Parts: sequence; structure tokens; C-alpha cells
Amino acid sequence: MKVDVLIAGAGPAGLAAAVELRRAGAGRVLVLDREAAPGGVPRHCLHTGYGLRDLRRLLDGPAYARHYADAAAAAGADVQAGSTVTGWTGDRTVTVTSARGVETVEAAAVLLATGCRERPRTARLVPGGRPPGVMTTGELQQRVYLGGQRLPGRAVIVGAEHVSFSALVTLAHAGAEVVALVTEHPKHQSYPAFSAAARLRWRVPVWTSTAVRRVAGQDRLAGVELADTRSGATRFVRCDTLVFTGDWIPDHELARLAGLAIDPGTRGPAVDTALQTSVPLVFAAGNLVHAAETADVAALGGRHAARHLAAALGGLLPPAAVVGVTVAPPLAWISPNAIRPATAPPRGRFVMRSRVFRRLARIEIRQDGRLLARSRPASVVPGRPVHLAAGWVSQVDPAGGPVHVALAPGRHSPAGLAPGGLAPDNLALDNITPDSLGRWRMEA
Amino acid sequence: MTGNGVADVVIIGAGVVGTAIARTIAGYQLSCVLVDAAGDVGTGTTKANTAILHTGFDTVPGSLESRLLRRGSGLLHDYARRAGIPVERTGALVVAWTDEQESALPGIEDKARRNGCTDVRRVTAADLYRAEPRLGPGARGAIEIPGESIICPWTTPLAYATEALREGVRLRLRTRVTGVGTDIGERRAGERRAGERRAWEHSVATSAGPLRCRWLINAAGLDSDRIDAMLGGGGFTITPRRGELIVFDKLARPLLRSILLPVPTARTKGVLVAPTVYGNVLLGPTAEDVADRTDTATTAAGLGALLAAGGQILPDLAAEEVTAAYAGLRAATEHRDYQIRVDEQRQYACVAGIRSTGLSASLGIAEYVVGQLGEVGLPLRERETAGPPAMPYIGQAGVRPYQDTARIAADPDYGAIVCHCERVTRGEIRDALASPLPPGDLDGLRRRTRVLNGRCQGFYCAATVSGLLAARDASTGRISPGRISTGKPA
Repeated sequence: MKVDVLIAGAGPAGLAAAVELRRAGAGRVLVLDREAAPGGVPRHCLHTGYGLRDLRRLLDGPAYARHYADAAAAAGADVQAGSTVTGWTGDRTVTVTSARGVETVEAAAVLLATGCRERPRTARLVPGGRPPGVMTTGELQQRVYLGGQRLPGRAVIVGAEHVSFSALVTLAHAGAEVVALVTEHPKHQSYPAFSAAARLRWRVPVWTSTAVRRVAGQDRLAGVELADTRSGATRFVRCDTLVFTGDWIPDHELARLAGLAIDPGTRGPAVDTALQTSVPLVFAAGNLVHAAETADVAALGGRHAARHLAAALGGLLPPAAVVGVTVAPPLAWISPNAIRPATAPPRGRFVMRSRVFRRLARIEIRQDGRLLARSRPASVVPGRPVHLAAGWVSQVDPAGGPVHVALAPGRHSPAGLAPGGLAPDNLALDNITPDSLGRWRMEA
Repeated sequence: MTGNGVADVVIIGAGVVGTAIARTIAGYQLSCVLVDAAGDVGTGTTKANTAILHTGFDTVPGSLESRLLRRGSGLLHDYARRAGIPVERTGALVVAWTDEQESALPGIEDKARRNGCTDVRRVTAADLYRAEPRLGPGARGAIEIPGESIICPWTTPLAYATEALREGVRLRLRTRVTGVGTDIGERRAGERRAGERRAWEHSVATSAGPLRCRWLINAAGLDSDRIDAMLGGGGFTITPRRGELIVFDKLARPLLRSILLPVPTARTKGVLVAPTVYGNVLLGPTAEDVADRTDTATTAAGLGALLAAGGQILPDLAAEEVTAAYAGLRAATEHRDYQIRVDEQRQYACVAGIRSTGLSASLGIAEYVVGQLGEVGLPLRERETAGPPAMPYIGQAGVRPYQDTARIAADPDYGAIVCHCERVTRGEIRDALASPLPPGDLDGLRRRTRVLNGRCQGFYCAATVSGLLAARDASTGRISPGRISTGKPA
């Protein structure tokens, strides 16, 4: 089969890209998804909060997933669920398995939108027995919301970021008694409102500076051994369900099988500000390149990639030397990973993560030692998005060295803000999207 | 089963050795019951090992282990080909990292030749790095053993048990042997008819009721010393040796071509890095004597030691994700060799102390034990059998259903991938649930299909797969795992 554009992954990014590509006049757009239905992860997120930035309205997860699946079909894209891209036979030619058989799809351009997943207990190397009852939030949500499963008994949640509180809601819905959320960080990483609601609505505490040392149980889960990371003291907590939350990793199998350059920070394919990968006419968008942002950010990334991909198909995205963007610790990663001349990133913002909590942090952007911009003070929190406005991109010397993004040491006066500086996008208020909040309100 | 509910043979233990013996017994005109305390076959030492089909190059020349391993390895290569058990002949490299280890290489080569591996050869450091360019720095050289292979440790006992079942062996799972009584009485030669021994009868007390048999075979692995003690044994004690292993993501598979072995010490073969037939990379095992015969928990110290060792052998492993970590218990004894003993008086065979080579040697052990029993009176009259069963193929080197256009055309369920990481289709899950030896639980389904064994560990498919298993249980009225495949002897 020959198509103009093959999109791998029918989640928010892939479907939004399909809609945009058809609007831009792309011919045959084929969207493949290995799940039984299109829509991606929002299919099993029953809470509201979807669609704020991209659709300018609020939907729950399943409705949001349906919206995009319908929109892509209405736009004339061919969306095929139950179809797995299993490998590559050329730069833009893939092998696909579905109930129709094994097919080869040859595309003029490819968009990878394969999303991300939570790292399970095994990848985190938590020792102990291997009983059932240990799962990720993704599995939990599907068991409860798609499978209607009840989970009576005691539950412990590992993690205290947004998704961890979402797991709390799901567990409560399934009839579990949640004992605590535990995090190795000195404080939780979500919004005060979430933590307060956990305490007040469900009387669930957040145990900070607490590490999971061991899983106990063979045929069934007995409990977890927890350690206070400051004192080293350990204690045993009995539980029947243990949920490992967050700690996202891109589903980068296809990207790696294609031999695309991989960014060591995001662990997704390295992309420039047009979201093109190291292989021409192969693009990547959504949580594959920034695990994990909210669905609307992923969808807007898909739209952005689609516009540049359409241009590329029309020969309007000339080969260009890109300037790499790197972050210095304790920043963990930045996406996109390179700047294409005169091209802004999706939403005019870079996405970053910090490994540490820092109040009133300033972010400095430099190229070859030259300060391009310095952000206003803002708090950064591990696991939470830091969105960096990209007005400074126009000042990047296309022939210069890589751009370095770092937390500035100490405090700086607002007068230090460079021209074309940063919008205060990264901070708290802008990021309190009601994705989980709405659900909390519904529950409370 | 003959006459009064007395089986000719009862085999205790349905691990890879017990099931191999069962399928061998099934080739003769004998009634046989295979019992195991667990809810599935191959759930003890068999299920958690390094999944290598050894040549026996490093065994003690002249030992029983050396002989049976060499014989069994050849038999299993042939059996695997006929049954569709995944095997890849990757070869192995025993890599020396120090002067001392390098000086041990000629001894290893010589020993291998004495064990019948005549195709081994010395490899220079330059050739070694050409063969394995991702190997960590500092390797001095190696011995190459071209015959070393990797195998699926789950399909193997399932194939043996499936064949045994088909040939009439009765499998009684969830049946723990609690005692063995032997009807005492002097056997009088005058009572014996030609070709038959009206000898002692064993009454085997189990958690699921008594069994009677004429001949008893103890293949109870970690419990074999306890069973042996019930039969007046006591020549050995099992000390479980825990081995922790780490399975790396399939994306790490291109990092190596062959099995990378260390120079062994007296105590253990050491930490190896090996590809698996599923396309992962395996690192391990540790070797730690433990008191608890059920303690298959991994430890922070064990996993840490493995990662440190793996980082030296193959530094790029450090950047790859870990898909699974597990621990197995090897049935070690105080003796270096197998503890196989046939007791003519008691009509009993003890097959113990198989250590870590049971998978590779299984068919050799079975042939040897049954032959020995034949020499002391077990009547071995051959019967027609259908041969090895065709097992579902779950390796990566051959064609899996998801890659098979013709198969999907005939049955679209083979194109419906349910477990994405391992590319297991709805058709394969359905087949496993309907197989002659169906899984009792999710772990059993994992071993039959690889479902849930991949990098996401159920993030995407656990709910769906659990639903399929629950639907089977609901439709069959199945309550406890293992019920379907058990049955009381006639």
C-alpha cells in the first residue's frame, strides 16, 4: 500500500496531526493504532480536563478521544485501529500486522506519535517477590474503567505527582483503601489542592522522603518495605495493591528500530523545532518527544508537526543545519532538541523537566557563552512541566554552537530579563489544568 | 492403569526432569502418574534459569553429569526441532579479563575436548572484539564453544508434559506428596512370573488423596531430599542456591551475538550475559545459598552486583531498560555430581542434585533413569507413540503468528495483537487456554505465550489479558487453577 503520510499512533498527537494534514491538503493520510480503538491513553482516563488548550473546551478522556477519532475520520484520514507497525523495511516503509494480514505500507512521509508509558516496578529495579497486585496507573485505569474490576483491600501508591493522585481517585473508585502515597522527594510534586484533597477527602497521607525497598509476597502481595531516606529506618506496610505511578518513558521502539537519533534526555527521537527527526520526512510528536505532557499539549504538537510535514511534502522544508539545544543538570531534558532556522517550537515553547525542587528559579539560555534570554523567577518541581517561551529563538546564530539552557545560580533582578524573554508560562497557575482537578471536584 | 488402581510408575515432580521421564515412560506399555505440588508443570527450578542449552563443555570429565548432559543436549536439539521449541545456536565465548583467567583458558579448552566438544577454539583479543565489538574494555581473549545454544525453558517441559498426557500419562497437579509407605514383605523369587515382578507396592500419601504404584521415581528437585528420606535415603541434602537474573529490553539485543561466559570458579559458573530466544538479553545469575526452599525474591544486593558485573562485560547495557528481574533456586547438594540412584529392592529411583543443568540434560537423564530401572525389573515393552507434539512457537528467530500472512488469512485472530511488547495475538492466547495442558493462572499463560512478559509489564494489555483468562474460567466453571488437567487414577 502506498500513502502520502503514515501516522503511527492514533492518540491525541497522531489524530490532531491527521486532521491538520488533511486541512493542509495532504492526500492519503493513514493513521494506524495497535489498540482496538483509536484515541490513545485518554480512552481510559474518565476524569475531565481534556481539550483546554487545543479545543478550548473541557471534555472527559473518552469524549476527548472520540472527538479526535471522529474529527480525523471526518477530515478524510484513514484511521485503522488494531493495526500494529512491527518494523521498517525502508526509511519510510513499514510492515503492519492486523486482522487483515501482514502488509507493507510505503509512505512519502511518516509521523511517529507512539506516546509514552509509565516505567513499571521491574524497570525501577525494586527487589523482592513477584506477586500479582503490582501495577502501573495505566494498568490500574484499564482494569477499573475498561474492565470494571473491583480492588478491595489496602493499596499503596508509589509517587506523588499528578498521575499519582489520579491513581488515588481510581483506586477509591474501585473500592480500595489507599494507605498512603509515598515519594522519595522531600515533598509531593502535584498541586496543593490535590494533596489537600487527598488528606481531607480520603484521609490519605503523602509520605515524603520515603523509598520502596522491597515488595513482599509470592502468590499474593503481602506488602511493601518502606525506608525513610533521611534516617534509613525501614518499616513494613501491608497492602493488597501496589501502584507505581509516573516515571514516564517514551514508547520509542519504532524510533529506535528505525535507527533515528535518540535524545539521551527525553529518550525519544531527537527532533528539531519543526519536529522532524534525524531522518528527512520522518517526524515525531506528542509524548514520544516529551513524556509526559497533558493531552492537549500532545495534540498541539501533532498539529505543529503536521504543518511542517505538509510543507516538507511540498518541498518547502529545505534541508538546514540545526542548532542543538541542551540542558545542564539539575534540568533533566528539553524538547525539541534542536533549533531549525526561523522555526519556533510547538506553541512557541520548549518543554523541560527539572530533577529538583527550586523556588524562584531563573532559567538562562546561552549560545557560545552569549546570554540569549533569562526567565522571570519561577518554581520548578520534579516531574512537572516547565514550559519555556521561545521568543529568543530568533537570536540564535544558525552557524553558532549548541544552545545551553540552565538554571541560573542565585537570584536576579527582573531588569536582567533579556529582550524577547520568557513568558511566565511555566508556572503554577498556567499549569493547573483541570485534567485531574475536575475529577476531584466531581468526586468531592 | 492396571487392575486395582495401582500404577506401574509414579513420578514425583513435574519439572523439566520429571516431565522428561514421564514422556520417556510413555514410550513403554506402562501406566504412569506424574504428580506435582504446584498448579502447573515446570514451576520450580525449571522456570527460572539462564535458558541455555549447554554442551557440557565445562563439566567434570567422566562424571555422570558430563555424560548425561552431552547425551541429553543432543537429544534435546533434535526434540526441539521436531516439537517447535525455540532454540538458537548462538555459540558461547568464555572471556578472560585478567592474567589469572587468561592462564586458565588452556585448561578450559582441554577440559572441553575431554568432554567431547572438539570444535572449541582459542580466540585472540582482537578476534574477540571483532566478534563482540560492544564488549567492555580489558578482555584478554576467550575460548569459543560453537555448540552452546539458547532455548525456551518454558516450552520444553510443556512439550514433554503435553506428549506424556497424549500418550496416557496422568498428570496430577496441586498434589503434594506427604509420605510414602512401602508394603513391607520379603519378595519371594518363586512368586515372580516371567517379565513381571509382583513386588512391593508403594502407597504414596498426597494432599489430594493416596496413590499406589509399583515403581516410584523421585524427581522432586528442591524437595528431592525430603522425598528420598521417606524412602530410607539420606545420602544428600538439598541446599537451595538462589540465582538472581535480570532481563534487559529487547532493544539491547543487538549489543551481543553469543553467550558471554566468565571463567568459572569452583563454586559457580559466574555471571554471564546471554541473548534469549525471545530476543532479550539476560544477565546473571548470582549464587547464594539460602535456607528457604521457596525464597525466590530478588534482593537489592543481588541486583546491584549483577548490574555492576554486567556493566563491565557490556557497558552499553547500563543505558538500556530492565524488563524483568527474577530469582530461581537451583537444587544444589553437597556433591558435585548428580545424585541419581536406582534402588532395586525398593523399586525406586532417586533423580536429584541436578543443579543447574537439568534443562539441557533432561532427555539424557530420562533415558538413563528409565534404562536403569529396566535393568532392575521395570518391564520396558515399547509401544507406538505419535512423537513430539507441535508446540506453539514463541521464539523470535522463526515466524510468529503475527508475521504469518497465511495463518492470519485462515484465522484473523492471529493478526489481532493483544500484548504489544511481545506481539502475542488473541489467537495464541485462545489456543493456550484451550490446549491439552491449559494454564491455571496468568503466570501459566505468560509461560505459554510470553504475554505480559514485555517491557510495559502490563501497562497496555494486562486488563485485556486478565479479562480473557477470566472469561475462560467463567465459561468452564473453572475454580482453581490446575483442575482441568488433573484427574484421579482409574
